[in-house]
Amino acid sequence: MAPEAKAHELVVSVSPHVRGKETVGRIMWTVNLSLLPAFIMSVYYFGPLAAYVTGLCVLSSVFFEHVYQVSLKKKTTIGDGSAFLTGLLLGLNLPPTVPFYIPVIGSIVAVVITKLLFGGLGYNIFNPALIGRAFLLISFPKLLTTWSEPTAKFIALDAKTSATPLGILKEEGLNQLIAVFGDKMTLYKELFMGHTAGSLGETSVIALLLGAAILLVRGYITWHIPFSFLGTVAALAWVFGAKDIETGNIIFFAGDPVIHLFSGGLILGAFFMATDYVTCPSIRKGQIIFGIGCGAITMLIRLKGGFPEGVMFAILLMNCFAPLIDRNVKSKMFGEIKEQKK
Amino acid sequence: MSKAVTFERGIHPSYNKELASGKAVTAAKLPGRIVIPLSQHIGAPAKAVVNIGDEVKRGQVIGETTGFVSSPVHSSISGKVIAIADFPTTAGRMVQSIVVEGDGRDEAVALKENPDYLNLSVDEIKTLIKDAGIVGMGGAAFPTNVKLSPPKEKTIDAVVINGAECEPYLTADHRLMVEHPKEVVEGLKIIMKSLGVSEGHIGIEENKPDALEAISSVVAGESTIKVWPLEIKYPQGAEKMLIKAVKGREVPSKGLPMDVGVVVQNVGTAIAVYEAVRYGKPLIERVVTITGKGIQEPKNMLVRIGTLMSDVVEQCGGLTGGAVKVIAGGPMMGFAQWTLDVPVVKGTSGILVLSEEEYVASDEYSACIRCGSCIDVCPMGLNPSILSIYAEKGFYEDARDNNLFDCFECGSCAYVCPAKRPMVQFMRLAKSQVKP
Repeated sequence: MAPEAKAHELVVSVSPHVRGKETVGRIMWTVNLSLLPAFIMSVYYFGPLAAYVTGLCVLSSVFFEHVYQVSLKKKTTIGDGSAFLTGLLLGLNLPPTVPFYIPVIGSIVAVVITKLLFGGLGYNIFNPALIGRAFLLISFPKLLTTWSEPTAKFIALDAKTSATPLGILKEEGLNQLIAVFGDKMTLYKELFMGHTAGSLGETSVIALLLGAAILLVRGYITWHIPFSFLGTVAALAWVFGAKDIETGNIIFFAGDPVIHLFSGGLILGAFFMATDYVTCPSIRKGQIIFGIGCGAITMLIRLKGGFPEGVMFAILLMNCFAPLIDRNVKSKMFGEIKEQKK
Repeated sequence: MSKAVTFERGIHPSYNKELASGKAVTAAKLPGRIVIPLSQHIGAPAKAVVNIGDEVKRGQVIGETTGFVSSPVHSSISGKVIAIADFPTTAGRMVQSIVVEGDGRDEAVALKENPDYLNLSVDEIKTLIKDAGIVGMGGAAFPTNVKLSPPKEKTIDAVVINGAECEPYLTADHRLMVEHPKEVVEGLKIIMKSLGVSEGHIGIEENKPDALEAISSVVAGESTIKVWPLEIKYPQGAEKMLIKAVKGREVPSKGLPMDVGVVVQNVGTAIAVYEAVRYGKPLIERVVTITGKGIQEPKNMLVRIGTLMSDVVEQCGGLTGGAVKVIAGGPMMGFAQWTLDVPVVKGTSGILVLSEEEYVASDEYSACIRCGSCIDVCPMGLNPSILSIYAEKGFYEDARDNNLFDCFECGSCAYVCPAKRPMVQFMRLAKSQVKP
């Protein structure tokens, strides 16, 4: 061999020798970016306090992930954007008027207990942000269900409390909900824009859909989960959603799907949380089952359960089934049918 | 021309074919010394029939077949046998090889021509192909005469010539189709005749319009041969994917193309078949694409089998300063080389030199985030995500039960994986630990 060729240290590794551009970090940061419109709307409606709550969640999530990994002498993974995303989602799922320790505790539960203790990103069974929120809701029920009016104020301490649309719907019925907003079209409009009481980032449907469109176009999420989720909610709302005020009996096929689709955490949940790669099935057919399950449990809780909103518990319950679904739903193998014929 | 056909799923890597696609094939210099591995093919290695000190001529058999699935090897130059010993090969293994020191005269053995080749008997054709040492030149190097002798219970009704060349960078088949379309078609006719088949197909990816045109103009008027433009997608040139695209048939799981009545042959193989049957020429040279940004001057060259890669690279101006990886074959399924002191063999379609700019480090990876990208691209419809996790955890039986052995290691899953997991490595690991 020519000696000059020896000067080259050749790298030897297994094929393929070229790779696509996608990385975990790129995906996670894009999802973070796609939540920017919802974040901006939350500040617009609920004031700087919204930025404070969400910011605190993000900071604590990233901080505790870093501290955990450094203290266990592991490589820190805060650069991959996943802890940032968990914090962001947790913040957008909180009411505006929570004391500082709520975001901090929620972040610890979400990032450290739900994700890192299970082995880190990829090994967690449940959606970290949702476990964080569920923990807070059960531990601090009063704080987590005190909603303020969507009127931007620098200091929201004096903000008037208000019920969420789903809360009014559950306690006082559809007619009262429409009465609060004036007429039905105004109600739809306010829901769509996000000018209602609720968790910080869940109210503005238009902002969330904008972010979801980015993810769909980039191919980071597919239609399977969100559309089957939303479709199931709409169908069940239409069939079972209407109640006779006098008797309390269900009037079939008379419900209002639009109110159910646009209110609560449904849009946020369906596009940004149920689609979490790690905790949803990875085979597309299985994702449809997952979405239908999420929709069914959501409506069961909304219509029959003790809570006005059921998206969070629906997704967490379906997270349990994701591995089971993946094991039992198989994509069609190349050459499979003919083998069976033999 | 009809609409492009394809298979389900697959990927769209950067092709980078323009580095060499416009370069006409040039003959490499006569090598001063060749190293002929006795096993360049799938099946039993050949047995040396020369001794150290023997004088050999170009085209002379120096290794004989040792079984049905085997292939002879020939000297590609004239000279003297100076060693018979183990040498490194492109696949990474040491293989017993015959080293011939050239005498510079390039004397050839007499070849028997058959001007009336289409009237030879099937057995005569197969013998000529076998004696010429022809194996699949797309990379797998399966002995061609064996492929042309399917068991009696298998009825073959179609031959497909593989002109997909879906591996990025490689352009050898492309150049062959542009420069020798007639030989490709004649080779196909010989293969059809030897199988008793009256239906021939040639599949060519649409990124080679000049090849499509050249081949189409040759087959114009041939009622039994059809040219198919193929969608530009990797791994379109995998046998099973090509058959699906052209014939709409799915080779059954764990089966072979002959199970659906099809035999696939690479473009280069078709030409080699033609030359063997028409001119009695053994397989002693092949077209190799030398490309990548790590090579000074990318080329397509006609290289004698046994020429060392270092010789070939030198004729392309050598490596650039930024060269980091040398690959025998294409970037998706080729083998990385630790030395350039390995011979070009019958299955070497390319010598790809990746520069720092093109090189992707693959030593770090993270846990599977179950994004499902690999499932969306796997041409075999497997779940590479779960297979890689099984392999990682040592659950090899579970991997096998999830159709591990249908994986043909195309690398599509690894290409798209955002966690940069070494998917092919995982598959090979699991395959090595369990029986199918």
